[in-house]
Amino acid sequence: MPKLKVALYWAASCGGCEIATLAIGDKILKLAEAADIVFWPVAVDAKYADVENMADQSIDACLFNGAIRNSENEHMAKLLRQKSKIMIAYGSCATEGCIPGLANFYNLKMMVDTAFIDTVSSDNQDKIIPQTSVKVPEGELELPVLWETVKTLAQTVDVDYFVPGCPPEERTTWLALEALLSGKLPPKGTVIAHPANAVCNDCPRVKHEKKIKAFHRPYEIIPEPDKCLLEQGLLCYGVATRGGCGAPCPQANMPCTGCYGPVEGVRDQGAHFLTALASVIDANNPDEIEKILDGIVDPAGTFYRYSLADSMINRARIKQ
Amino acid sequence: MTDFEPKIVAFLCNWCSYRGADLAGTSRMKCAANVRAIRVMCSGRVEPAFILRAFELGADGVLVLGCHPGDCHYAEGNYKALRRMMLLKRTLKQLGIEEDRFRMDWVSASEGDLFTHVVNDMTEKVRALGPFKAKEEAKVA
Repeated sequence: MPKLKVALYWAASCGGCEIATLAIGDKILKLAEAADIVFWPVAVDAKYADVENMADQSIDACLFNGAIRNSENEHMAKLLRQKSKIMIAYGSCATEGCIPGLANFYNLKMMVDTAFIDTVSSDNQDKIIPQTSVKVPEGELELPVLWETVKTLAQTVDVDYFVPGCPPEERTTWLALEALLSGKLPPKGTVIAHPANAVCNDCPRVKHEKKIKAFHRPYEIIPEPDKCLLEQGLLCYGVATRGGCGAPCPQANMPCTGCYGPVEGVRDQGAHFLTALASVIDANNPDEIEKILDGIVDPAGTFYRYSLADSMINRARIKQ
Repeated sequence: MTDFEPKIVAFLCNWCSYRGADLAGTSRMKCAANVRAIRVMCSGRVEPAFILRAFELGADGVLVLGCHPGDCHYAEGNYKALRRMMLLKRTLKQLGIEEDRFRMDWVSASEGDLFTHVVNDMTEKVRALGPFKAKEEAKVA
């Protein structure tokens, strides 16, 4: 059997997905045995022009991580889609926007001002902000154009499979790679992860009927070791998050933050968690409810931490 | 904006508010024709995702009406709705959606006049806000 040709790329991401790819450990040798990596900016010396020179559909699979937030991201997404038989959105950024997608709470000016001018540690008295082109003696240099709204990979090009997680757990990555290497691929559009309805299915903590009188932030309490974190008032996202990760966070006393995306069949993860959370608040009096809700410091940011760019209301409306 | 007629999606509970709307109709009360009524068995059935989906599909405003507190046919459903909608309101605010585009209220089966008042009031408030743009495109700077 000829070796598979695989490409890996990062768009708007933190680099964690690259590390997650390497986290499969010595299985990476199995990958190297069965596949040639033809493009991987973080590890393989190949230029964009090399990809442009490849024949269409000549790459068997592309693992694309990162969201789409500038002209370069979009160009590479379209180019790699054209060159690849299978396009895999790898990780939460490519799948649902993830942390870069939180930029959709602001507009471009607010973002640029915060990054280059307003931050306390910025020393920028002349208020210089990056430009997209500059003339130098050798000619004109260009930088990618930053967008106001972050998009997901599937909002940009046709995507065949999704691998959830920020970053994907080692076992999830290997599940996807194994499917790829064995040629036993699931139906198009599948989110590849170990089957579990929600993170709660993987979580060994004991669960009772939930009645919440007050919400706490993780630094405010020391949680009991065996009891459901949500029942203890921590905003644990497990009830509304796809399982398959093995629930490492709640087992380390940290509430789930929802990185594996919505559970199967749910479109808007944030609304789903909001619904679950409001339902278990133990109060019927509006004033008391308001007081309990004050314990959720940043509702939209908590509910849409990973999925804002892919949610029904994909960005905040900002009055100019 | 003179031609703008707001589209308002209203989730009405079967036992109180839908019958309140019915009463307004059978009593020949005049009421703005901007509401698209969706009958649900209980306001507690209305998930926040329904409201977001209505906005996504082009609603300019969303109204949820249920039985008065203490009057729920299922004893507690409207309290559950209240908690959800209070949390949703906080979330919508952060998403920059104007407060007047979403309203939760109580209308009983005998309150045809109140139903008319709520619908007319909301229609005028949403009219003043103008159309809601469902999807914001990725704009290039």
